Amino acid sequence: MIKNISNLGDAALYCDFGNEINKEINNNVIKFFKSIQIQNINGITNLTPSYNKLIISFDLDLINFSDLKKKIINIKVLNTSESNVKTIKVPICCDDEFALDMERLNKKLNLSKDEILNNYLKKEYFCYMTGFIAGMPFLGDLDKKLHLNRLETPRVKVPKGSVGITEQFCNIYTFESPGGWNIIGNTPIKVFDKSNQNQLTTISPGDKVLFYQISKEEYLNLND
Amino acid sequence: MTSVFFEVIRPGINSTFQDLGRKHLYHIGLPFSGAMDQRNFLISNSLVGNKKNEPVLEIAYQGPLLKLKNDNTYFAITGNVNFKIKKKTSEIIDGVCYKTYSLNKDDELDIISTNKSVYGYLAISGGFKVEKFMDSCSTTTRAGVGGNNGNKILINQKIYINNYKDILTIKKINFLNPKIEFIRILKGTNFNYFSENSIQKFLSEEFTVTKLTDRMGMRLKGPRLENNKETNIKSEGLIKGVIQVPADGNPIIMLSDHGTIGGYPKIAVVISADYDKLVQLPINTKIKFKLIELKEAEKLYKLYKMETDNLLSQI
Repeated sequence: MIKNISNLGDAALYCDFGNEINKEINNNVIKFFKSIQIQNINGITNLTPSYNKLIISFDLDLINFSDLKKKIINIKVLNTSESNVKTIKVPICCDDEFALDMERLNKKLNLSKDEILNNYLKKEYFCYMTGFIAGMPFLGDLDKKLHLNRLETPRVKVPKGSVGITEQFCNIYTFESPGGWNIIGNTPIKVFDKSNQNQLTTISPGDKVLFYQISKEEYLNLND
Repeated sequence: MTSVFFEVIRPGINSTFQDLGRKHLYHIGLPFSGAMDQRNFLISNSLVGNKKNEPVLEIAYQGPLLKLKNDNTYFAITGNVNFKIKKKTSEIIDGVCYKTYSLNKDDELDIISTNKSVYGYLAISGGFKVEKFMDSCSTTTRAGVGGNNGNKILINQKIYINNYKDILTIKKINFLNPKIEFIRILKGTNFNYFSENSIQKFLSEEFTVTKLTDRMGMRLKGPRLENNKETNIKSEGLIKGVIQVPADGNPIIMLSDHGTIGGYPKIAVVISADYDKLVQLPINTKIKFKLIELKEAEKLYKLYKMETDNLLSQI
């Protein structure tokens, strides 16, 4: 499953699962990530799964690269059941004031707003990874008709809650942040909630996400 | 009993509570955070008899002006920091780092600035009263979590502290923060994306620390590093010390509050033994890199750890 393990610096393992981005490879990464997580291996400080890589950081006071690599090679990979996978429904408001890049999308994709939203909302998305900023989910795959590059000049501030698309992916800005994704709407729900320390994020790698459209009024009610 | 606190008369540029950092949250996008210079962090706590992981106040460049209210305490400052104690009696004492001081009710502590360095640490006997988030008090301002409700300390706020432990003996060590000639690095996972000419420049020429440097990252300016493969990679995890090179050819070193995922090629990674020294390099410092092997990096870390333990055992 892992193609190669190398060192990233002196305190991390870089596990390579392949070069492509697809659900099969990403599922392997997530399975491996979960299998290591439940083993509580002494010395591991962090695990960072992404599309097709897994980075394992460790405390150099407790273990080193070659010893941890041996342990990781011998890990029994669990066949995590689908029961852990949640489907999360995310409300989004796509009124003009939230859909910051709708005009750009209309022009570049040659589709009307309705066509774009119908296409976007009919699909179920898969969470490949979370991160960059706390709780931000990287979801895919968008229908080919919606594929578009990032903005030429990224925004200095993307509003919190913005839902953005680029290439085959979509995401949710869990905080106000710089960013270059094409913004199609905004969700009032807290995808990262620091007050809920048992479950900080609503969406985890491997989860499924469905978006549904709400009115401005519903948005304001949910935002309370 | 009245509670003891510091009144913040001047907050300083970026004063935050930090401890050893927060583990096991990279996968949801939260960085490790924690004290940038871990050795100076450990020494500060040790000088006032605190446990190893007690949160301290980390200051960057300019520190705060604090007035102690309601009781006395003991404190120590580590790093290379200019500070004064302004006694209630209007006597002014010039402070020395790596030494325990007593501070009386209504005295002021003026942490003026760091000297040829970036970070300094203020530890209080008994510790600050700081809330924990996921097992750590470290403040990560970008995510709004950790000590002081995820914020830097602010003007006019109160910083509550615990009562000091019994009368402390005044402790002092002689320690000079090591000067460095090179930042030692290991090859990154995309080392071979860069032209031979660029690699040669990377390993022989000087790079300057720019003002776009903070707890998240250190942006460098120097010879342009030309990538002859791909200027973007599929986004993947990052760790502190990773040197990424975006399309403009200027390297960025990931520091303790870095974004957990990034899509720029990784040319190299700073070794763990040199991290404390790296973060202390102020804006406009010129640095050079030296490529070494993993085994050597591991040995250098053991040496670094031994030196730290030696210093702590002198206290």
